[in-house]
Parts: sequence; structure tokens; C-alpha cells
Amino acid sequence: MAAMFSQNPLMNGPHYATTDAPKTNDFREHRFYPYTDNGGSTLAISGADFTVMAGDTRHTSGYSINSRMEPKLFKIGGTTADQHDATIVLSVCGFAADGNALRDQLDTICKIYRYRHGKAMSANACAKRLSTILYGKRFFPYYVHAMLGGIDEEGKGVVYSYDPVGSYERETCRAAGAAGSLIMPFLDNQVNFKNQYAPGSGVGHNLQERERRPLLLNEVETVVKDAFDGAAERHIEVGDSLQLLILTKDGIEEKFLPLKKD
Amino acid sequence: MPGFDFSNYNRNAALHAQGMPLPKATSTGTTIVGCIFDGGVVIAADTRATSGPIVADKNCEKLHYIAPQIWCAGAGTAADTEFTTALISSQLELHAMSTGRKPRVVTCMTMLKQHLFRYQGHIGAYLVVAGVDPTGTHLFTVHAHGSTDKLPYVTMGSGSLAAMSVFESKWKAELTQEEAVELASQAILAGIWNDLGSGSNVDVAVITPEKTTLKRNLIKPNEKVPKQQSYKFARGTTAVLNEKIIKKSEIGRYVSVQEVPLESDKMEVDS
Repeated sequence: MAAMFSQNPLMNGPHYATTDAPKTNDFREHRFYPYTDNGGSTLAISGADFTVMAGDTRHTSGYSINSRMEPKLFKIGGTTADQHDATIVLSVCGFAADGNALRDQLDTICKIYRYRHGKAMSANACAKRLSTILYGKRFFPYYVHAMLGGIDEEGKGVVYSYDPVGSYERETCRAAGAAGSLIMPFLDNQVNFKNQYAPGSGVGHNLQERERRPLLLNEVETVVKDAFDGAAERHIEVGDSLQLLILTKDGIEEKFLPLKKD
Repeated sequence: MPGFDFSNYNRNAALHAQGMPLPKATSTGTTIVGCIFDGGVVIAADTRATSGPIVADKNCEKLHYIAPQIWCAGAGTAADTEFTTALISSQLELHAMSTGRKPRVVTCMTMLKQHLFRYQGHIGAYLVVAGVDPTGTHLFTVHAHGSTDKLPYVTMGSGSLAAMSVFESKWKAELTQEEAVELASQAILAGIWNDLGSGSNVDVAVITPEKTTLKRNLIKPNEKVPKQQSYKFARGTTAVLNEKIIKKSEIGRYVSVQEVPLESDKMEVDS
């Protein structure tokens, strides 16, 4: 399934006119293709006692903009429809209709859990459940790259990221969607300090890597804003607004920042 | 006979049959427009060039010179618009010198369409041709397959519908130069905001019987937002795995060296 969102252009469908495609037989079957790509990107970073989730709000199909304000990040499992007391955030990138269906399904499950157990679902329980939901549609997948953000039972920030059929992993940081491949290397360098060495700490292969430390909330916000400004510069499907959700033990703060609109 | 080199055709067809995709050309998924006014013609373009969903060039030039009073806005495959306009520009210059007259816009348009028709749409150039010649002011569109149109206002490229919506709601028969520049700019801006293949800045060229004025980056509505922090690395951050110093005196061991006297024997250049 990794091939579905492969960065290898050879695997992502024909990059030539279909009329010029090599023909294998003379018959052409009528096809119904139920998926579309609605573009956009999402990003999640977990900190020592917080998680930041972000995504642009542009909704596209082809060269058209369907909406400049269609958020991809959803609060999950609150007691009411406005999700004011939610503690978990789901982000979905790819096919927006599947994203909405997935959000509705997971939210319902969280609400039923709360009703039955008299408490909110923990982040890791919700993460496992989301994986099960995705695998449940193994042969007609939700065409999304999902991420789940929250605070774990020790009070640390958590981010789980998923492939479309439910393989998941806890990560400190992940960028997904159209500009995921543009943002991820930047995150590796700026969040995990990859390919950075402590100046003068050794010679050649003995050089010491720069000491890793968890980023502070304001540092993460800065990196996220710069990542999306950069992505909007170079990717045509990214832009309009940046939705920022900051999860702490005190709740979820939501912000919208402007991005380029061309 | 000059023309294209087809010597790799059979090899590429064989590779293609095995499923290898064609290389992806830079396309100017574009908004280009043209509009006639009282006393001349104006053409305009956005400045974004794309390669798939990636912005290849944020400030490219899509207004091409053909002759002093004939200019061309190009959409489609970037290389095709570039080379086709350059080729016709060259032929038109020779034509003008042999006839001793100023080149005409119809001549240019005819040469373009005959060239493009011969290649059956494989040269992906979609052009807006505009100019002023002794017979008057002219504005044409030329499609890659060779068809042409002659209209008072035209749009082309992926943003053509967005741009045409502006013309269809705001265009009138008698326009001043200033009004025409404003209208064309607004049409391009509609493409910049609403078409993902178009973006960045607005370029405008105004052609009158007296002169041609190229207003490069007339409107810049998409300046890059400054970064929130500096990403300058401390010196020494990048690992140096091995180091080798070559002295100037030993450089002859690696490349052939010829001493050139400093001031004498300067290279011959056109003055």
C-alpha cells in the first residue's frame, strides 16, 4: 500500500496523455473511479508537553480551487458537536470526502466510548481504534494520509501517523499530503537536527552530532509557519490559510494564519 | 533540410511500449490575454511556470519579442513557445530586410500557424499575437494545431476562463490605453488568484504605432513573506569527512595549464 502515496513518479500513474499510452489490447472497459485528490498538506509535531498540528485550508481539484477555507484538522471525541472539550485532533489529507467520513466515524466511536465508560478515550486507545477502522476498509480504502495528535497518559505530546490502510507509528514529527515531500526534509533538519554537527567537536567521522533537545512551543510554531510559507511558494495546491491547533493539558487552541493565495 | 532530429524515435517508442513514461516538460500552465484599445494593443501574462504541481519558476517571462512592434504571449510547453517565437522572429526579420518593409502581424500569424500545423499539435505552443504595422492594429490567437482567431479581446492558457470572465463583464468597444492596461491586468489577476497553473506577477506590453513599452512585473501582488527566523547554520555544522588541498603550483597535475599574459592579446569581441 505504500505504493499508493509513493514519491516515485513512475508509480503515480501515467505522466503522459492516456491516448499515447501503450495499448495492451483493443478493448476499453468503462471505469468508475471513486477517488479524487483534493490536495493540501498537513503537519504534526509533538513536544514535551504539547502537540502542534497544522494544515492548509485550500481544497482543490485539478487546477481549480473549490474552497479557500475547508479545514483538514478536526477535534475528535468531545461531549458536544462543537467539540469544546475535545482532547484529540484528527488530521486527514488526500481525498476530502473520505476524510470527512473517517472523521465522523471516529468521532462517533469516541462518543460511544465516553457514554459506555464515563471517560474520554485516551490518545493511544483512539490511535489503535483508528488503525482498525482504516484496515476495515483494506480493499476499498479511505484514500487519506491520517494523523492523530493528543497528549499521552504521562502528559507528553503524541503524534500518530497512518498510511491509508491502517499501518501506524508514533512519531515526533510528520508532514503529509501534496507538499509532504517538500516539508519533511526541512523538519528532519530543524526538529530532529539531522545532518547537523557540533562545530569543532571532532574530525571527519568522529564529529559529534548536534545535541538533540525537544523544541519549545514558540519554536515549533515558527518552524510550522515557515514550512507552510515555503510549501505555498513552490506547490500549487498549498495556500490560502494555515490552520494551527495547539494541544496542551489545558485543552486545544485553534488559530488561522494567512498564506499566499495565488 | 533543417528541423527536428528524430534519430531517437525508435528507441524511445520501444522504451515507451515497455511502460517508461515520457519526460515531463516544463509547462507554462498560464494566463495570457490581449486587448485592442484606441490607438494600439496591449498583451499581458502571469509569471508562473510549473512542472506538474511544482512551481518551476516564480517569475518567468511569457511575453516574447517577435519584431519591434509585434509581440507574442505564450502558453503551453515553455520550450515550444520560446523556440517557436524565436524561429518566427528570425524569419520575419529576414523577410523584412529582403522586402525592405516593416513586418506585418498577419504575416507573423500566418508563419506561426503554418509552422504549428505542420507539426500537428506536437509543438505545444498556444500564442496570443499582437502588434501594430502599416495596415493597422492587430490581435490574434494561434492554437498548437494551427487554428487562429482574430478578436478584439482574447485569453489563453489554463487561466483563460477566469480571465475571459473579466473581459466578458468589463470590456467595452472604446478603451483608452490606461483602461486597456487596467482591464488586461485585472484579467491576469483573475487567473493568478483562481487558476492554480497561474500565479506570481503581472507582465504587460503596450504596443502603439510610436513605440512598444514592456511593463515587466507591473503588479507584484505575491511578494514572499519574510521568514520567522534565520536559518543560517553555524560555521562547521556540516561534517567534513576528508580534506585535500591542491597548491596552485601543483595544479598542472590535474588540469592542463597555459599561462596567459595579463593585458596583451585581449580576446577579440564585437564592439
